[in-house]
Amino acid sequence: METQFIKRFHHCLILLFWVSISFSQAPEDMVTIGAGSYVPLYGTADKKPVKIQSFFLDVYPVTNQDYLEFTKLNPNYRKSKIKRLFANTTYLYEWSGDLSFGNLNSNAPVTNVSWFAAKEYCECQGKRLPTLDEWEYVAMADEKRKDARTREEFNKYILSWYEKNKTYNNSVGKTFKNYWGVYDMHGLVWEWTFDFNSIFLSGESRKDKDTDKDLFCGNGSVNATDLMNYAAFMRYAFRGSIKANYTTKNLGFRCAKSISN
Amino acid sequence: MSNLIKKSIVVFVACITSIACKQNNDKNSNYADISVGDEMIAELTAPPFVPKPVGDRSAKKLIVNMEIKEIEGEMADGVKYVYWTFGGSVPGSFIRTRVGDEVEFTLKNHPDNKLPHNIDLHAVTGPGGGAASSLVAPGHEKTFNFKCINPGLYVYHCATAPVGMHIANGMYGLILVEPEGGLPPVDKEYYVMQGDFYTTGKYGEPGLQPFDMTKAVEEHPDYVVFNGKVGALTGDKALTAKVGETVRIYMGNGGPNLVSSFHVIGEIFDKVHIEGGDMINKNVQTTLIPAGGSAIVEFKVDVPGTFILVDHSIFRAFNKGALGMLKVEGAENSKIYSGTTQEGIYHPEGGTIQNMPKSGNGKDVVMNKTLAQQITDGKNIYSRTCFACHQSEGQGIPSAFPPLAKSDFLNADPNRAINAVLHGLSGEITVNGKKFNSVMTSQNLTDQEISDVLTYVYSSWGNNKTKVTPEMVKTQRAKPAPKSNNDIH
Repeated sequence: METQFIKRFHHCLILLFWVSISFSQAPEDMVTIGAGSYVPLYGTADKKPVKIQSFFLDVYPVTNQDYLEFTKLNPNYRKSKIKRLFANTTYLYEWSGDLSFGNLNSNAPVTNVSWFAAKEYCECQGKRLPTLDEWEYVAMADEKRKDARTREEFNKYILSWYEKNKTYNNSVGKTFKNYWGVYDMHGLVWEWTFDFNSIFLSGESRKDKDTDKDLFCGNGSVNATDLMNYAAFMRYAFRGSIKANYTTKNLGFRCAKSISN
Repeated sequence: MSNLIKKSIVVFVACITSIACKQNNDKNSNYADISVGDEMIAELTAPPFVPKPVGDRSAKKLIVNMEIKEIEGEMADGVKYVYWTFGGSVPGSFIRTRVGDEVEFTLKNHPDNKLPHNIDLHAVTGPGGGAASSLVAPGHEKTFNFKCINPGLYVYHCATAPVGMHIANGMYGLILVEPEGGLPPVDKEYYVMQGDFYTTGKYGEPGLQPFDMTKAVEEHPDYVVFNGKVGALTGDKALTAKVGETVRIYMGNGGPNLVSSFHVIGEIFDKVHIEGGDMINKNVQTTLIPAGGSAIVEFKVDVPGTFILVDHSIFRAFNKGALGMLKVEGAENSKIYSGTTQEGIYHPEGGTIQNMPKSGNGKDVVMNKTLAQQITDGKNIYSRTCFACHQSEGQGIPSAFPPLAKSDFLNADPNRAINAVLHGLSGEITVNGKKFNSVMTSQNLTDQEISDVLTYVYSSWGNNKTKVTPEMVKTQRAKPAPKSNNDIH
């Protein structure tokens, strides 16, 4: 009996090993996002799908505690030391000092960080910021589907977050776990992406709409596509309003990592 | 006025003397040429108040600082809603300028806010009305400049994607550009703006109500209100004036969808600046205000009483909240009006009892409420359902709607009261010695709701404190409806 069990156990180990060699295993607190393609709301003028290579993504946004460790090792990114070029005056606004996040929740996402700081943080971990296309690709998943963008309930959930106050100090991991095993894509904070400003919205959203007439079929009835567009419009509008040195209370980030072959 | 007349005479003379007479639009370029003097910080006011008139001041560089706040407020008693606001109020702060002013406009997006916003002022001549230059992230501010070259009353609103949602959440207000020398002085000036709101729950459903995109696209509002909420201009928040005064209302419509048929019950507008522009119409009963448009209405109040502001698309007034009040105090003037001041009340339901639509969601849950709970809940139901006719203190409206305060009719028979709410009531009745011949609609309320609201009424305003239970309502509901009030006796 015993020997048989051990034998079986052995087999399993070998099998596990084999699996982890052939499919690269995600680093700690990251998950593998499978390759795929989708048509984003903006960014492909000809409406052709964009292709996403398989990559790793952090399960959670970077927390105050994580960021504190980073500032310990990187004095240039402390609240009082950071160069104005890299972050405006509200950088780590609610932190009480260079090495203290004050009354903020240690497990809440770090916010009031600039794009420069977020990028540096990820690079120090041997990672990078996800691209806009990668982020949106992961964000279209609900608990069960890779692409839930046409589901009414999913869109209502996203829209309702836009109306909730002060979610930035909630702990990470309290919203839903999506298809890929990623938390907090919606319902916690906005997140930086590597090329957040790659799609130019003038801020005159009605004019922007003209360039993308298909988005609003003029039939006057609301359908899931309208809801989906509304939810996404708000993300694109937000990205359109920020610059790389901006920091705001409801904007955090997470890191990604390419899978090297 | 005299200025305008002088100006039109000049234009007229110019027209006679010159063959190549151009039209008034020459004026615009003149306004653009007005040079500005010193700087001035603009006074901003929350509705229903407006800043001081410009009077005869010269054109200035006017500094406007507008702060955007996303805040939770009350749509109706017990109904919460997250408003997005210019200056913390719906409608947003009133901005008062004169032609020739150069406005330096700074839009500040509060750091607690979640969304980027911008502003499109219809008074601006330029791309997007300023929207393209003012998209601002939370925790940031943006400044742009414009010159007021067209006098009039203009709407401003947020124009960030999704535009409809930003407007539907309350992001609109008015900016007035007065002509040279200012508008003629009046005794009272007020700021009122209509808006339609779309919530997940139906009218009056308590709790925090999220915005409902589907209803908004289908243009089926749950609320149509003045100044952002039900009851913003009623009871002790009513507008006031004294007999003999001239009242001017700067009236806007933020939409996002509905056009307003603005009317003041029992008054006639002596003057209306149609659509907020130069053209003045006189002796107007109801003026149409487009979504994203305005009107300036003026009227002298000749007699005392409570005058009701409504959107005369009347179900909006009595069922969705588009109702405000102007209370006028002073001596009666029997030549103009003898007796009561409220003969103009409109019965949208017609001459027979109508039923409110049944929702059929069967949520009639028995809760075993305490008396205090019943009274609290009943009060909310009262202010949504009964208030418009029976009034805030149950005093009713003489000759139109019978009083509930110290009401002999009410106190005599709780079952008759239950039946009135269940099935409506029509025909002549005598309450406290006065005859009423009116129509009350049948109300679509659950047994619990009817017992709550009646318990509230019975425990208020000197009534006999009868506790009405859901069971009592259930018993009456099970019986056939009385055919008329005579049968109830």
